[in-house]
Amino acid sequence: MRDAPVDTLTLVYLARLRDAFGAATERVVLPPEVTTAAQLRAWLAARGGSFATELAAGRAVRIAVNHDIAQPDTPVRPGDEVALLPPVTGG
Amino acid sequence: MTVRVQASDFDVSRELAALRAGDRRVGAVAVFIGTVRDINDEATIAALTLEHYPGMTEKALVAIVDEAKARWDILDALVIHRVGELVPADQIVLVAVTSAHRGEAFAACEFIMDYLKTRAPFWKKEATPDGVRWVDARASDDDAAARWNAAPGTKT
Repeated sequence: MRDAPVDTLTLVYLARLRDAFGAATERVVLPPEVTTAAQLRAWLAARGGSFATELAAGRAVRIAVNHDIAQPDTPVRPGDEVALLPPVTGG
Repeated sequence: MTVRVQASDFDVSRELAALRAGDRRVGAVAVFIGTVRDINDEATIAALTLEHYPGMTEKALVAIVDEAKARWDILDALVIHRVGELVPADQIVLVAVTSAHRGEAFAACEFIMDYLKTRAPFWKKEATPDGVRWVDARASDDDAAARWNAAPGTKT
């Protein structure tokens, strides 16, 4: 993931979300107005289809930026690895 | 501190021997072993597939053990979590904690397990007679983790 071109951000979809979106990873170029984790989530949900369903407000999805759990206002930038995580069920 | 995510099984005796090898300060070893049940939410489980997020999962486990070390006077801790396909009766997870006295070891072991269940990025997919399904998170696990906020550790 570290070899991603500098202008792209790598999205990682895990577990149920990978099945729903039909991909494990994706590289995207963010529009200038998308600078935080919450904005990224809304931008993806606006694609419609399973993205709208799975990322609708109130759905329990956490976002990790470079392996740390993000808050809604956590910045996202080109070069970051941003993962979408369903509620965890290990142990 | 040792944290491992692995597909292979683990030998509890060997892991515990390694954890406290030669450490004469150890007076207590608390251990939790999680195993695969054959029934979950009233469905028969034929197999379970455990998935993790390489890199973040290990980092999260280290952070949980660090938090336990900050709260209790423990000497060492070991967490092993398996991934891949498992069947009923298989071992999934091992948490072991050493300390001078049992109270610290018991509490830290339970804390690590409660936080692992709610914070470590692992996901279970079950194979049942009706097909394959992702396991839903349980509110009872959130409750178990939350009680540690109300009852801070004994370390002063």
